[in-house]
Amino acid sequence: MLLQEATTGAHPLSGSIAELVWLIPVLPFIGFLINGWLSIASAVRVGPRDPSAAGHDAAGHAEDHGHGGDSGGAHGDDHHVAARHKYASLVSLVGPAVLLLSFGLTVAIFMAMLGVSREAPFVRTLFSWIPAGDLHIDAALQVDPLSMVMTLVITGVGTLIHIFSVGYMQDDPGYPRYFAYLNLFVSFMLVLVLGASYPVLFVGWEGVGLCSYLLIGFWFTDKANADAGKKAFIVNRIGDFGFLIAMFLMFANLGALDFAGVSAAAPALGLNSALATTICLFLFLGCAGKSAQIPLYVWLPDAMAGPTPVSALIHAATMVTAGVYLIARSSFLFSLAPVAQLTVAFIGALTALFAATIGLKQWDIKRVLAYSTVSQLGYMFVGVGVGAYAAGVFHLVTHAFFKALLFLGSGSVIFAMHRAYHATHNHDDAQDMRNMGGLRRYMPVTFVLMWIATLAIAGIPIFAGFFSKDEILGAVFERAHESTLSQVSWLGIPGTTLLYVIYAMGLAAALLTAIYMTRMMLYTFHGPNRSGETEQSHLAEAPWVMTGPLVVLGVLSAFGGWLNLPALLPIGPIGVLEHWLEPVVGPATAAVTGSAAEPAHSTEFALIGAAVAIAVLGIIIAFVRLKPARLVPKAQAPEEQGIERVLLNKYYVDELYDRTIVRPTVWVSRSVLSQGVDQGLIDKVLVTWVGTGIPRLFGWFGSRLQSGQVGTYAWVLLIGVIAVLGAFTLR
Amino acid sequence: MLAESLALSAVLFTIGAIGVLTRRNAIIIFMCVELMLNAVNLTFVALSKVYGMAGQVFVVFVMTVAAAEAAVGLAIIIAIFRHRQTVDLENINLLKG
Repeated sequence: MLLQEATTGAHPLSGSIAELVWLIPVLPFIGFLINGWLSIASAVRVGPRDPSAAGHDAAGHAEDHGHGGDSGGAHGDDHHVAARHKYASLVSLVGPAVLLLSFGLTVAIFMAMLGVSREAPFVRTLFSWIPAGDLHIDAALQVDPLSMVMTLVITGVGTLIHIFSVGYMQDDPGYPRYFAYLNLFVSFMLVLVLGASYPVLFVGWEGVGLCSYLLIGFWFTDKANADAGKKAFIVNRIGDFGFLIAMFLMFANLGALDFAGVSAAAPALGLNSALATTICLFLFLGCAGKSAQIPLYVWLPDAMAGPTPVSALIHAATMVTAGVYLIARSSFLFSLAPVAQLTVAFIGALTALFAATIGLKQWDIKRVLAYSTVSQLGYMFVGVGVGAYAAGVFHLVTHAFFKALLFLGSGSVIFAMHRAYHATHNHDDAQDMRNMGGLRRYMPVTFVLMWIATLAIAGIPIFAGFFSKDEILGAVFERAHESTLSQVSWLGIPGTTLLYVIYAMGLAAALLTAIYMTRMMLYTFHGPNRSGETEQSHLAEAPWVMTGPLVVLGVLSAFGGWLNLPALLPIGPIGVLEHWLEPVVGPATAAVTGSAAEPAHSTEFALIGAAVAIAVLGIIIAFVRLKPARLVPKAQAPEEQGIERVLLNKYYVDELYDRTIVRPTVWVSRSVLSQGVDQGLIDKVLVTWVGTGIPRLFGWFGSRLQSGQVGTYAWVLLIGVIAVLGAFTLR
Repeated sequence: MLAESLALSAVLFTIGAIGVLTRRNAIIIFMCVELMLNAVNLTFVALSKVYGMAGQVFVVFVMTVAAAEAAVGLAIIIAIFRHRQTVDLENINLLKG
């Protein structure tokens, strides 16, 4: 603690605008308070709505009546009131504005950091939070290169998504509530990345989990949405258990929980020690929950029940990358545990491949993107797992750009489909790709931008995803060749072999990514339109407030790769992000690479060539094999057979979890804990037998003493007196 | 003189106590209680020789309380007799668990 204060005292950022870092999360929180208050105030004034009064006969059933995606095509918005919310304009101003202010402040702090030494983090201690004996935790925020990268992404992409939401959610009766939750989410997310200790990070970690739950179940009148929210929350609890255990272990063995303290004490654990490995694996369990990795990925596809901008912000760009951030932040621990690193990388590769195969056969446009997110998160874990922290964070950033673009683009599509269906009273599924097709004619802007994002995620050169994905795969290949990781064995498998396997899995996942993304584009935007004759006349591009953010994200997706260009391609400054992150993750990366020489340029070119070839091959396969013209709308579609059916049903993992975990748990709760322990042991044995039996026994005994015979009482009295006198006398 | 007085009061008290414990007629028990009270009074008076006048003052109090008690007690016994035609305590045992 003292050491840390000494360093902050002399920090070049002290006294600069970085002192105001606490405002970054506080501004969205103010937005949450204002929007939340508006939501409550309007709810009280309006009172409970009569659903039957707001049906199809309600006034204002006009062209612009419709809100965004409602999952499963349940068309649940018939109960919503067509008119805009009375505070809509105020909320539209406050919601995005607080984010914009946060973003501006972040940029200002970023500018201040550019000119000074960034070796040590700048820690802004706000107050003493938990002073309890040996445990002393400050509510402190940390400004360092890593937290700045994350904050820029969150506030930047967050602002764009907030602006998009103004259009997407415009007619939703819960408009202020939506922005209140979204602001609260950003506030917690910023606490997560800015926190200077694990407990502060954990506050943000739990807070974003809460907001995720609230926003997944935003349209909670539909039970499926509420269930999806609960699923996300419960699955995340498993991960949080791991995170908590890791923190307990850290405090018990290292005596500190702030990043500076833990990183200073961590080397005492010893390289490859069981304790370091245990802590790292428990941390990774937390990451697997939050970032949807095998085996805890199941909640993320279901989380698509929320509004589409929420999927873009929380379940693609920011919250789900928190696990990657946590591992990059804990790089000093992971560099001590090569076995844990290999585990992270292997689980990441497995998830990347596994989710990509499921993405091949999904029909719901958002589910394709959801599995794509799971898959890309797997890539990030491969990156941070093999100690290429900068590459992992780089992919995190580019993924935030192109996946936010993809989700918002799909939001535009769903918005258009929904309007068309609404205008024609069609109750079909607005998210099913079999009902779309040929949308490029109706929404050219979205079409072009979505293709940019698709090429970026597929890894086509010059687009952002190419550089970040290639860097991860290249790092895996290098580590397999020579590193500390290649020298340890993982469950009996030599590290080198495992890393080559991971590399191959990464390549396979890249191929599948190119295929399923092209498939999504083909089915959505190409071929004939399948939505129906009358619906076609209602299909139109979304308003500028929605396409504007898309354009910005499109530019970022196209040129985001310039953040961290490889040394091979002299088209700009090289390795900016890697250099920027050097003070935070440099030592940990160096610990992994050791003294390994830079690979030969020919090898690197071969690697890049392989990656590009794979991506192009995937797109070609999709174009050749898939025939959008042959698709039929969902209602007439035949049942899938064989492997397609298995993929469509996501390998029946949900059913497997239901049978092996959920149902046994429910059975144990009902039969053993409820009927056995609660009703049997506590109610019957403890309450009925013991609780009423013993008083009754005493009562029976006492009532025998009270015979009603005064003579007996007199005798008892006499004996008592003699006893008392005797006691006093003999004492 | 003191010893004889105390011995007499002890004898009187014991007779009263035995009477209370062994007899069943409410009137007799009542009289035995009075006997015990007066045995105590005798003790008070006898010991006031040694410890001062407070004992004699106490006797006045005891007699006052005993008079009141006699009035209430006899009234109750008469009420019971009117109700049950007996004052045998063996039969008066309704108040029990």
